[in-house]
Amino acid sequence: MLLSGSEIVMECLLREGVDVIFGYPGGAILPTYDAMTKYPQIHHVLVRHEQGASHMADGYARATGRVGVCIATSGPGATNLVTGLATAMMDSVPIVAITGQVPRAAIGTDAFQETDVTGVTIPVTKHNYLISDIHELAYCIKEAFYIARTGRPGPVLIDIPKDVQNEKIEFVYPEGEIRLPGYRPPTAANESDVFAARELINKAQRPIILAGHGIIMSGAVQELRELSERAQIPVSLTLLGKGAMPEDHPLCIGMMGMHGNAASNHAIQESDLIIALGMRFDDRVTGNLKTYAPHAKKIHVDIDPSELNKNVKVDVGIAGDLRTVIAQILPGVEGNTHPDWLNRIRDWQEDSSERDILYNYEGNTLIAAQVINDLWKYTNGEAITVTDVGQHQMIEAQYYPHRRPATLLTSGGLGTMGFGFPAAIGAKFGRPDEPVWAIVGDGGFQMTMCEMATAVQENVDVKIAIINNGFLGMVRQWQEFFYEERYHATPMVNPDFCKLAEAFGMPSMRVTSRDQIQGAVEFANSHKGPVLIEFVVEKEEIVYPMVPAGADLDKMIRRPKKGEKQS
Amino acid sequence: MNNNNPSKQVVVALVENKPGVLNRVASLFRRRNYNVDSLTVGRTHKRHVSRMTIVVDVARTDVRQIVANLYKLVNVIDVKALTGEPHVSRDLALIKVRTDDVESRNAVTEVCDRYPARIVDIGTKYAIVEITAQEDLVEHLIDELRPIGIVELVRTGVVAMGRGVRILDTDYEPVNHHQTTGDLERYGV
Ligand SMILES: Cc1ncc(C[n+]2csc(CCOP(=O)(O)OP(=O)(O)O)c2C)c(N)n1
Ligand SMILES: [Mg+2]
Repeated sequence: MLLSGSEIVMECLLREGVDVIFGYPGGAILPTYDAMTKYPQIHHVLVRHEQGASHMADGYARATGRVGVCIATSGPGATNLVTGLATAMMDSVPIVAITGQVPRAAIGTDAFQETDVTGVTIPVTKHNYLISDIHELAYCIKEAFYIARTGRPGPVLIDIPKDVQNEKIEFVYPEGEIRLPGYRPPTAANESDVFAARELINKAQRPIILAGHGIIMSGAVQELRELSERAQIPVSLTLLGKGAMPEDHPLCIGMMGMHGNAASNHAIQESDLIIALGMRFDDRVTGNLKTYAPHAKKIHVDIDPSELNKNVKVDVGIAGDLRTVIAQILPGVEGNTHPDWLNRIRDWQEDSSERDILYNYEGNTLIAAQVINDLWKYTNGEAITVTDVGQHQMIEAQYYPHRRPATLLTSGGLGTMGFGFPAAIGAKFGRPDEPVWAIVGDGGFQMTMCEMATAVQENVDVKIAIINNGFLGMVRQWQEFFYEERYHATPMVNPDFCKLAEAFGMPSMRVTSRDQIQGAVEFANSHKGPVLIEFVVEKEEIVYPMVPAGADLDKMIRRPKKGEKQS
Repeated sequence: MNNNNPSKQVVVALVENKPGVLNRVASLFRRRNYNVDSLTVGRTHKRHVSRMTIVVDVARTDVRQIVANLYKLVNVIDVKALTGEPHVSRDLALIKVRTDDVESRNAVTEVCDRYPARIVDIGTKYAIVEITAQEDLVEHLIDELRPIGIVELVRTGVVAMGRGVRILDTDYEPVNHHQTTGDLERYGV
């Protein structure tokens, strides 16, 4: 079959099972846009900014475990994708990005809309390609999908010169396996490491499991639960690990780290064994590395060998697929109860409950914790929530317990404001039968709110909850704690979000008191399509607890108990 | 080499001989803040495979981290840290020195006699000295020539190879994309 490069792109996408792509056209990618007209099986979503396309592909991928696809033109189109690629890279999300490039003969001449896109994106992609020969095109696309989804997943970019898109060749799809000599993701652990890990687990008095994104991506939820239950080992979650263990499970002690549950942080510091599964000891979860978990032996399992001993020196480091490795370790793990240890953790948890703002708040304004906890209640805790970055993100992590994997989608590693709303649109395309809520700050929403037009054009059934505190709240919090309350460049004069929604053609509602929340959720659910709810909340709230950057993990700034003074 | 400097380590990598691979490696070292002493790259006896020798300063970074991160690059076929294993390493330098009087000319000749070095070009003003040796020997020679008057100097950086049966090789054969027949064998089927 004689096909053009553009048609080959579409044929390859079809064979990868792609049903939706997010993109924006322009000169250098126009041949491929034209070829799309012959492939109606693949739905193209026209975004309003290429950053949105990259986050939508990301949200789609996080929600489904499949590869998300975005597409853009050369130069500015491609550079607009960069934030989304970096976001996906940090959180190991499989994306394939396709960009147009100026014709081969023009490369290197500073041609109109020419950017060295493969050069620009080397640090923010798992791999990338500049297609210099149409004969390589199909194979490279196949390889790109393979690399994106296998091993430690990540974004892969394919830059295709316009003349390659136009060129025609006799097309033969490269059936068969990918052969990559330098790419062999690890799978199972060797027996001696399995034995060593088991020994440590069976001997530990105060063990704790730190479960991360890897558990969800490798589908090891069941194995994790079995390990935890069999030996009664408490499980603490990273932000991206939320959903790896149901948060109402008695052994799940919630999130760790800078704004984690105090009980988790204390438990880590007092533990005698850390079993780190698919997490990477980011500085936001360890605090001061020098004083981190000083009494603990450490087992670390991760698919990426370069994560082992990177931040934290470990006693047993295993590079492998979590599901396989936990299943290898399990058979020799003895039943255990650890009653003293679990009781000690209970005490910390009780102390935290006494400080919980949800039960102690005496003001009559709306606070974000109430909004998010009520959202949890009125969505039966079953929604897919996609957050932006800031205080509302941490409050969602604290007050919206998740029970299932891949139901909290959030930019953890890069902390990309503007991620939430477009990622929610992508997630809805991936899981159309589930309710999807974008929980965003008033600051971050304004970074990508142009995608309201996309949501309306596509009638995407996402609900937007803006937690409007009139501030870049998280930065304001740092200014309050660490910059003597000099609130510079954090107060915002915001647009009227409800009127904006209306202008975009989206129903909206403003909520200013707690008794309106349930009605608002019902209102949102009564419309099939995008709906915006603005929650006007207390302006100067603080997310507690907080481990100041670089401080010891258990040296948290805590919310005072009733009648107690801030220490 | 470098037994006298334990913070230097030699890493060798087999990489696909494709455009941009050097860029990826350089980008990795910059991105991860690794300290590169020297990096050489050249072809091997296999057309599709190039080989890099990288000398890194590991005062700050564990060499295992560097190896693991290099291996993560898709185009890197194999990586090995050579330090700690018996190996041969060589650095080549061309050194242009002043030879515009009898003393300097004699001095250069005398120094070269004591090293595995030779004079490869000589004129009334300058001579070019070539040395191929272990890095520390090259450095000693440079130190001895310096007082005579070095005006130009170039070094290749270290290349290294494990001794004896320690063989770093690959049977990698690239896919031939130009075969457009239905021949599936080339995809490993
Ligand atoms: C693109 C980007 N720019 C800047 C930051 C730094 N930053 C982190 S949180 C935050 C404030 C977010 O404000 P808002 O969206 O209103 O959320 P809130 O914290 O008020 O809930 C800022 C500016 C960031 N994370 N991402
Ligand atoms: Mg805000």
